[in-house]
Amino acid sequence: MSDNPVFDRIKEEITTNDVVLFMKGNPMFPQCGFSATVVGVLTHLQVKFKGVDILQDDELREGIKAYSSWPTIPQLYVKGEFIGGCDIIREMFEAGELQNLLGDKAIAFSEA
Amino acid sequence: MAMEAVEIERLIKEGLPDAEVHIDDLRGDGDHYAARVISKSFIGKNRVQQHQMVYAALKGSMDQELHALGLQTSIPEDA
Repeated sequence: MSDNPVFDRIKEEITTNDVVLFMKGNPMFPQCGFSATVVGVLTHLQVKFKGVDILQDDELREGIKAYSSWPTIPQLYVKGEFIGGCDIIREMFEAGELQNLLGDKAIAFSEA
Repeated sequence: MAMEAVEIERLIKEGLPDAEVHIDDLRGDGDHYAARVISKSFIGKNRVQQHQMVYAALKGSMDQELHALGLQTSIPEDA
Protein backbone atom coordinates (compact mmCIF):
# COMPACT_ATOMS: atom_id res chain seq x y z
CA MET A 1 0.00 0.00 0.00
CA SER A 2 1.23 3.47 -0.82
CA ASP A 3 0.20 6.71 0.88
CA ASN A 4 -2.35 7.47 -1.77
CA PRO A 5 -4.89 4.65 -2.27
CA VAL A 6 -5.58 5.71 -5.86
CA PHE A 7 -1.89 5.08 -6.67
CA ASP A 8 -2.46 1.40 -5.90
CA ARG A 9 -5.34 1.30 -8.38
CA ILE A 10 -3.20 2.97 -11.03
CA LYS A 11 -0.32 0.58 -10.40
CA GLU A 12 -2.75 -2.33 -10.70
CA GLU A 13 -4.03 -1.03 -14.08
CA ILE A 14 -0.61 -0.47 -15.61
CA THR A 15 0.87 -3.73 -14.42
CA THR A 16 -2.02 -5.98 -15.43
CA ASN A 17 -2.41 -4.39 -18.87
CA ASP A 18 0.51 -4.02 -21.30
CA VAL A 19 -0.78 -0.82 -22.90
CA VAL A 20 -3.04 1.55 -20.97
CA LEU A 21 -4.34 4.91 -22.12
CA PHE A 22 -5.77 7.20 -19.45
CA MET A 23 -8.10 9.35 -21.49
CA LYS A 24 -11.22 11.48 -21.63
CA GLY A 25 -14.05 9.33 -22.92
CA ASN A 26 -13.55 5.79 -24.19
CA PRO A 27 -11.70 4.53 -27.28
CA MET A 28 -14.95 4.38 -29.28
CA PHE A 29 -16.02 7.87 -28.24
CA PRO A 30 -13.13 10.06 -27.13
CA GLN A 31 -14.39 13.25 -25.46
CA CYS A 32 -11.36 15.37 -26.31
CA GLY A 33 -9.29 15.92 -29.44
CA PHE A 34 -6.02 15.11 -27.70
CA SER A 35 -7.34 11.78 -26.44
CA ALA A 36 -8.73 11.08 -29.92
CA THR A 37 -5.31 11.70 -31.47
CA VAL A 38 -3.62 9.09 -29.30
CA VAL A 39 -6.47 6.60 -29.85
CA GLY A 40 -5.97 7.25 -33.58
CA VAL A 41 -2.26 6.46 -33.42
CA LEU A 42 -2.79 3.25 -31.42
CA THR A 43 -5.64 2.16 -33.69
CA HIS A 44 -3.55 2.86 -36.79
CA LEU A 45 -0.78 0.67 -35.37
CA GLN A 46 -3.36 -1.97 -34.41
CA VAL A 47 -2.10 -2.00 -30.84
CA LYS A 48 -4.36 -3.70 -28.33
CA PHE A 49 -4.84 -1.29 -25.43
CA LYS A 50 -7.06 -0.59 -22.48
CA GLY A 51 -8.70 2.84 -22.37
CA VAL A 52 -9.44 4.18 -18.90
CA ASP A 53 -12.00 7.00 -18.87
CA ILE A 54 -10.90 9.46 -16.20
CA LEU A 55 -14.06 11.53 -16.69
CA GLN A 56 -15.93 8.78 -14.83
CA ASP A 57 -13.77 9.06 -11.76
CA ASP A 58 -12.55 12.32 -10.19
CA GLU A 59 -10.24 10.55 -7.78
CA LEU A 60 -8.49 8.82 -10.66
CA ARG A 61 -8.45 12.02 -12.71
CA GLU A 62 -6.43 13.85 -10.04
CA GLY A 63 -4.52 10.74 -8.99
CA ILE A 64 -3.06 9.99 -12.41
CA LYS A 65 -1.71 13.53 -12.71
CA ALA A 66 0.12 13.21 -9.41
CA TYR A 67 1.26 9.66 -10.16
CA SER A 68 2.90 10.64 -13.45
CA SER A 69 3.88 14.21 -12.47
CA TRP A 70 2.05 15.13 -15.63
CA PRO A 71 -0.71 17.75 -15.59
CA THR A 72 -2.71 16.76 -18.64
CA ILE A 73 -4.76 13.90 -20.09
CA PRO A 74 -4.27 11.69 -22.15
CA GLN A 75 -1.41 9.69 -20.69
CA LEU A 76 -0.03 6.53 -22.27
CA TYR A 77 1.58 3.73 -20.30
CA VAL A 78 3.38 0.78 -21.87
CA LYS A 79 4.46 -2.12 -19.63
CA GLY A 80 4.10 0.05 -16.55
CA GLU A 81 6.18 2.92 -17.93
CA PHE A 82 4.81 6.40 -18.62
CA ILE A 83 5.55 7.16 -22.28
CA GLY A 84 3.94 10.56 -22.71
CA GLY A 85 0.96 12.69 -23.54
CA CYS A 86 -0.54 13.62 -26.89
CA ASP A 87 2.33 15.77 -28.23
CA ILE A 88 5.02 13.23 -27.34
CA ILE A 89 3.07 10.26 -28.71
CA ARG A 90 2.43 12.05 -32.00
CA GLU A 91 6.06 13.16 -32.26
CA MET A 92 7.32 9.65 -31.49
CA PHE A 93 4.90 8.07 -33.95
CA GLU A 94 5.93 10.41 -36.76
CA ALA A 95 9.61 9.75 -36.06
CA GLY A 96 9.07 5.96 -35.90
CA GLU A 97 10.24 5.96 -32.27
CA LEU A 98 6.93 4.72 -30.91
CA GLN A 99 7.10 1.73 -33.23
CA ASN A 100 10.65 1.01 -32.00
CA LEU A 101 9.53 1.28 -28.39
CA LEU A 102 6.62 -1.11 -28.95
CA GLY A 103 9.00 -3.52 -30.65
CA ASP A 104 11.51 -3.27 -27.79
CA LYS A 105 8.79 -3.96 -25.26
CA ALA A 106 7.44 -6.88 -27.30
CA ILE A 107 4.02 -5.30 -27.89
CA ALA A 108 2.31 -6.57 -31.05
CA PHE A 109 1.56 -3.89 -33.65
CA SER A 110 1.21 -3.55 -37.39
CA GLU A 111 1.98 -0.68 -39.74
CA ALA A 112 -0.08 -2.09 -42.57
CA MET B 1 -9.68 30.66 -17.83
CA ALA B 2 -7.61 32.39 -20.48
CA MET B 3 -3.99 33.27 -20.08
CA GLU B 4 -1.85 35.74 -22.01
CA ALA B 5 0.95 34.41 -24.21
CA VAL B 6 3.42 36.84 -22.61
CA GLU B 7 2.54 35.44 -19.20
CA ILE B 8 3.24 31.88 -20.37
CA GLU B 9 6.56 33.02 -21.83
CA ARG B 10 7.45 34.86 -18.62
CA LEU B 11 6.77 31.82 -16.43
CA ILE B 12 8.75 29.48 -18.69
CA LYS B 13 11.72 31.86 -18.73
CA GLU B 14 11.54 32.27 -14.98
CA GLY B 15 11.88 28.50 -14.57
CA LEU B 16 14.33 27.99 -17.45
CA PRO B 17 16.31 31.24 -17.72
CA ASP B 18 18.27 30.32 -20.87
CA ALA B 19 15.16 29.17 -22.76
CA GLU B 20 14.18 30.45 -26.16
CA VAL B 21 10.39 30.44 -26.22
CA HIS B 22 8.04 30.74 -29.19
CA ILE B 23 4.32 30.83 -28.56
CA ASP B 24 1.48 30.63 -31.06
CA ASP B 25 -2.08 31.39 -30.09
CA LEU B 26 -3.71 28.64 -32.12
CA ARG B 27 -7.25 29.91 -32.17
CA GLY B 28 -6.79 33.50 -31.09
CA ASP B 29 -8.90 32.77 -28.02
CA GLY B 30 -6.16 32.95 -25.39
CA ASP B 31 -6.88 29.36 -24.41
CA HIS B 32 -5.19 27.14 -26.98
CA TYR B 33 -1.48 27.70 -27.39
CA ALA B 34 1.44 25.90 -28.94
CA ALA B 35 4.82 26.53 -27.37
CA ARG B 36 8.25 25.66 -28.68
CA VAL B 37 10.89 25.76 -25.98
CA ILE B 38 14.61 25.49 -26.70
CA SER B 39 16.96 25.20 -23.74
CA LYS B 40 20.35 23.78 -22.82
CA SER B 41 18.87 22.52 -19.57
CA PHE B 42 17.15 19.78 -21.62
CA ILE B 43 20.48 18.13 -22.39
CA GLY B 44 20.52 14.57 -21.11
CA LYS B 45 16.78 14.54 -20.41
CA ASN B 46 14.23 12.48 -22.28
CA ARG B 47 11.11 14.08 -23.76
CA VAL B 48 8.93 13.32 -20.77
CA GLN B 49 11.47 14.93 -18.42
CA GLN B 50 11.81 17.95 -20.74
CA HIS B 51 8.07 18.52 -20.79
CA GLN B 52 7.89 18.01 -17.02
CA MET B 53 10.47 20.80 -16.62
CA VAL B 54 8.29 23.17 -18.65
CA TYR B 55 5.17 22.14 -16.73
CA ALA B 56 7.05 22.73 -13.47
CA ALA B 57 7.95 26.23 -14.66
CA LEU B 58 4.28 26.88 -15.40
CA LYS B 59 3.50 25.77 -11.85
CA GLY B 60 -0.23 25.17 -11.49
CA SER B 61 -1.21 27.05 -14.63
CA MET B 62 -1.63 23.94 -16.72
CA ASP B 63 -5.15 22.63 -16.38
CA GLN B 64 -6.19 25.56 -14.20
CA GLU B 65 -5.92 28.47 -16.60
CA LEU B 66 -4.71 26.67 -19.67
CA HIS B 67 -6.75 24.00 -21.31
CA ALA B 68 -4.36 23.30 -24.11
CA LEU B 69 -0.70 23.93 -24.50
CA GLY B 70 0.90 22.01 -27.30
CA LEU B 71 4.50 21.55 -26.33
CA GLN B 72 7.61 20.92 -28.35
CA THR B 73 10.96 20.93 -26.59
CA SER B 74 14.46 20.84 -28.04
CA ILE B 75 18.12 21.50 -27.33
CA PRO B 76 19.94 24.38 -29.08
CA GLU B 77 21.91 23.19 -32.09
CA ASP B 78 25.14 24.76 -30.92
CA ALA B 79 24.97 23.16 -27.46
